Amino acid sequence: MGSSEMCRDLAGEVEKLLKTSNSYLRKKVGVLHTSVVLLTEMCERSPDMLAHFRKLVPQLVRILKNLIMSGYSPEHDVSGISDPFLQVRILRLLRILGKSDDDSSEAMNDILAQVATNTETSKNVGNAILYETVLTIMDIKSESGLRVSRFLLNNDKNIRYVALTSLLKTVQTDHNAVQRHRSTIVDCLKDLDVSIKRRAMELSFALVNGNNIRGMMKELLYFLDSCDPEFKADCASGVFLAAEKYAPSKRWHIDTIMRVLTTAGSYVRDDSVPNLIQLITNSVEMHAYTVQRLYKALLDDISQQPLVQVASWCIGEYGDLLVSGQCEEEEPIQVTEDEVLDVLEGLLVSNLSTPVTRGYALTAIMKLSTRFSSVNRIKKVVSIYGSSIDVELQQRAVEYNALFKKYDHMRPALLERMPIMEKTSTNGPTEIVQTNGETEPSVVETKHLPPVTQSTNQVDQTALKNNGLKIDFTFERANPNPNVAVITIHASNLTEADMTDFVFQAAVPKTFQLQLLSPSSNVVPALNQGTVTQVIRVLNSQKQQLRMRIKLTYTLKGSPVQDLAEVNNFPPQSWQ
Amino acid sequence: MRFMLLFSRQGKLRLQKWYMATLMQIVLARKPKMCSFLEWRDLKIVYKRYASLYFCCAIEEQDNELITLEVIHRFVELLDKYFGSVCELDIIFNFEKAYFILDEFLMGGEIQDTSKKSVLKAIEQSDLLQESNHSGIILFSH
Repeated sequence: MGSSEMCRDLAGEVEKLLKTSNSYLRKKVGVLHTSVVLLTEMCERSPDMLAHFRKLVPQLVRILKNLIMSGYSPEHDVSGISDPFLQVRILRLLRILGKSDDDSSEAMNDILAQVATNTETSKNVGNAILYETVLTIMDIKSESGLRVSRFLLNNDKNIRYVALTSLLKTVQTDHNAVQRHRSTIVDCLKDLDVSIKRRAMELSFALVNGNNIRGMMKELLYFLDSCDPEFKADCASGVFLAAEKYAPSKRWHIDTIMRVLTTAGSYVRDDSVPNLIQLITNSVEMHAYTVQRLYKALLDDISQQPLVQVASWCIGEYGDLLVSGQCEEEEPIQVTEDEVLDVLEGLLVSNLSTPVTRGYALTAIMKLSTRFSSVNRIKKVVSIYGSSIDVELQQRAVEYNALFKKYDHMRPALLERMPIMEKTSTNGPTEIVQTNGETEPSVVETKHLPPVTQSTNQVDQTALKNNGLKIDFTFERANPNPNVAVITIHASNLTEADMTDFVFQAAVPKTFQLQLLSPSSNVVPALNQGTVTQVIRVLNSQKQQLRMRIKLTYTLKGSPVQDLAEVNNFPPQSWQ
Repeated sequence: MRFMLLFSRQGKLRLQKWYMATLMQIVLARKPKMCSFLEWRDLKIVYKRYASLYFCCAIEEQDNELITLEVIHRFVELLDKYFGSVCELDIIFNFEKAYFILDEFLMGGEIQDTSKKSVLKAIEQSDLLQESNHSGIILFSH
């Protein structure tokens, strides 16, 4: 609307105009309007202009007042309101001038209140002015409360839409005020109008907190059921986020996830699957319940891939709980191993399953080989897919076949239950992890965890010193879990020859859980030239005195050597 | 305001200042009871239906939607005053006049003059100017 030089030149003229136009109001309104528009543009673009024109605020207020008070002017009038276009533009200019300036805001407070209360809102034009007033009130440093409530309850759709939009803007700054309107907003979810529904949905998610989570989630899940497909992905993601932040109980959380997966399963984002799996893994006491519900869901419908993927993974992990009917939360279902395998094999052959889903199903079947007794059936399935056209499936099947044949001794350890995953892991659950030898199954389960993050106390202890082999323990406390003691063993060799094929094993009493990470090496160099280290993590949730039995096997000068030791005198700091 | 379109229920574009195709379909798909605003790309679309014509404006983030409805209404009033009980046919056959009126009323997307009388007066004057030109030509050819 003119170059910056022209604006600067005109600035003086415009000021004069505004001052004089007061007396020629009726005739010069056209000019007045354009000059206000010009001023607005200038102030928007240049902070200097803005500061310069702030002194016009009293004039503008006066002009606005006259407009409201003045008599009837048919050519400018719209439904009894004098020149609403000019009013709106002045209000907008006032907003820009009053923002972050206390004096200007003070000067315009009265007129804003006056406009807000006196404007007739039976017609759209009145509401248009009120809307602009509300925007101005919210933007300037004003004490006036929110006038938006009048808008929200209005029958006119346009007004409601505008109210929701302004609430969305305010919810960041004045959260509590918006909470007051929560029930109205939730009602708007049921509106037929797409624009209103979207605004209401965004606002609802912004308003969810620990207190209203149950009620809000009920409404939002109902909304998810019935809304248009364009909303489903966003709504599902929002539900997951809110559930994660404010879930009142694990059972509720799992139920909510199930609900989303079954109603909007195909719209759920791909990255939700690993996040959900992590969540389920960490809800240890809910495993039986979760796998049962997921299994039942699979029986109904195998078309929704995220649901199918999560379900397959769970069945693979917790299939033993499923067939043993251990569910406490609800009536346990009777299902046989063959039925479960039928379902998983069904996924493999179904046209509805994507390649990724097939991968999940095959891995699940394989995991069940250590949890079910029908190993032969599983062997057969796996060998069939060794010649699958799908390269990914083929590779998996071939590797699993190898597990049955050459590496059968490793199979139980490899396919063990997944450990609790810490939130810091980047890619969600990892697939099968390399283990280090076996342990005595009657006493202990070995698992694997990502490496220790921080450490506090360091204490040393010599666990074994025999035939030139020395095993030292150093202790640390793992953060964030104070019940986990982290022990690093240091193996050193004082003999003249290297100790090769060195394997360290450990066993702990039943109340503990032990995890063994990979050793630094299998060779302990001779003459103390180096040490082999290995990390053990012990979960001591019952805070009992730590005891451990260790077994070392290695080859020295061609002959195998085995050594056993019991370690009882752990320093208190390591387990208290 | 960024642009304004006028189009019929059959999807025929009657008037346009800056033209975008997909927008028409979105607006036409709206049911009668829905609110007059929607979001499209980074703009807000305000539309109103008068008989068989849709008046559709695109405004920016900071513009007031409700006042835009008034702007549309004012434009319709101007057309009505000028053509006398305006209908779609008037706009079809006299589209250049409709453009003139629009140009007198809005410039660069902003209202020029809020007075109905002065806008109409300006149009009348330009009409007179046109007619005198025409008559000049006719005289000459004889």
